[in-house]
Amino acid sequence: MPVIELQDSVVLLGRFPALTGVNLRIESGETVLLQGPNGAGKSTLLHLCAGLVAPVSGSSKVFGFDLSATKERQEARRRIAMLGHDTGLYIDLTVIENLHFWARAAGLDSELSKERVDGATKRLGIDEGLFDLAVRLLSAGQRRRVSLAALIVRRPELWLLDEPHAGLDQAGRDLVDDLITDAVIAGGTVVVASHDLDRVGLLSGRIVTLAGGLVRRDEVI
Amino acid sequence: MIRLFLDARLIAVKDLRIEFRSRILLNQVIPFAFLVLVLFGFALDADQPTLRIFAPGLFWIAVLFCALLAVQRSVSIEKADGADTRLRLSGVSPVAVFLGKSASVFAQLVVLEVILSIGIFVFYGSSVKQPLLMIVTGLLAATAVASTGTLYGSLASGLGARESLLPIMLLPVLAPVLIAATRAFEEALGNASVDGWAWLGLLAMFAAVATGFGGLAHGVLVDE
Repeated sequence: MPVIELQDSVVLLGRFPALTGVNLRIESGETVLLQGPNGAGKSTLLHLCAGLVAPVSGSSKVFGFDLSATKERQEARRRIAMLGHDTGLYIDLTVIENLHFWARAAGLDSELSKERVDGATKRLGIDEGLFDLAVRLLSAGQRRRVSLAALIVRRPELWLLDEPHAGLDQAGRDLVDDLITDAVIAGGTVVVASHDLDRVGLLSGRIVTLAGGLVRRDEVI
Repeated sequence: MIRLFLDARLIAVKDLRIEFRSRILLNQVIPFAFLVLVLFGFALDADQPTLRIFAPGLFWIAVLFCALLAVQRSVSIEKADGADTRLRLSGVSPVAVFLGKSASVFAQLVVLEVILSIGIFVFYGSSVKQPLLMIVTGLLAATAVASTGTLYGSLASGLGARESLLPIMLLPVLAPVLIAATRAFEEALGNASVDGWAWLGLLAMFAAVATGFGGLAHGVLVDE
């Protein structure tokens, strides 16, 4: 079964047709780069795959769940992690409180939560000195790392990353590349929307080009 | 079912922890509540016997005004850096999110009611004749306001200009709570001989419907 299967998927943002009939099939273990100009529909496509927006027509399935049905959309989401333009963190909580909260929200018990949080902070190079700082006090790059750590603790099957390198220094960008590789090695599927073709293109096995809410080109590298 | 309540507790503890850190209740909502009580006193230009008569209604109007602030804060916690989107992807049931956020607002309202009660005793010279009636009224009204507020807060958060929309949407819906809680308080404070316990029936029904309907509708409202 494909992880993502879209047939003539149409998504409206208000009255604006953000996706106008997308056809896309992504298999388990693939790393796919979504590229295209601003307003092409990359972020909307990621939101559709995450079950955050509902299609108005066509067939849209993720892990076999029909995204037009509310209940099924909620089921699909449990297996998905998405890094968007926002960090998705609670800025008045500390770094460690945020990570434990998201681990517990994923259904992990306190022991497993601690183990995963320890692993994620080490993997992301988050200094222990930052653990008890409120997220609002962190730099944009540090927040991005914490945000990624909060995703790692969930061990999702499908990663949807929207400009994941944004706001990160060189070391952070390299780290994101490593995380994408790790996710695929662990059997996950990764879809990255990025303008950084040189960097993400090297990691991807496939490049999908969007324009005007449609898939214009689909190349396997 | 156990997971539902564990998740609801997780959300409630998170919201209360954020509230404790930011001290919005302490530094903004409670002073605002006192200000409302004092301004009512100035506006009515009344002596204590007159204020004592109006105390139940003034108390609940002050609670409703402050509840708006608490609900708006509850919504803005999630909106601050896209945490609401991540919460939708987390696997936490929308019912648990609703119950957790309602519980957090409920806890804040109870604290507020206790402090406002002290306010009407001190500023208006009110005294309690039926403490049990007063406590049950406070708890039921807080449940009704918290549940309804959380539901409407979610609804308004999906629309533009939520700060101005929320009062317009929420206050008319809470009119029955204001009436029932005021009547029950009138008896609890010995202001009028109405059957305060009978008014609690309306409050209890409102609280049950708001919590039940809110739990079921919250996911759909947030999602659609």
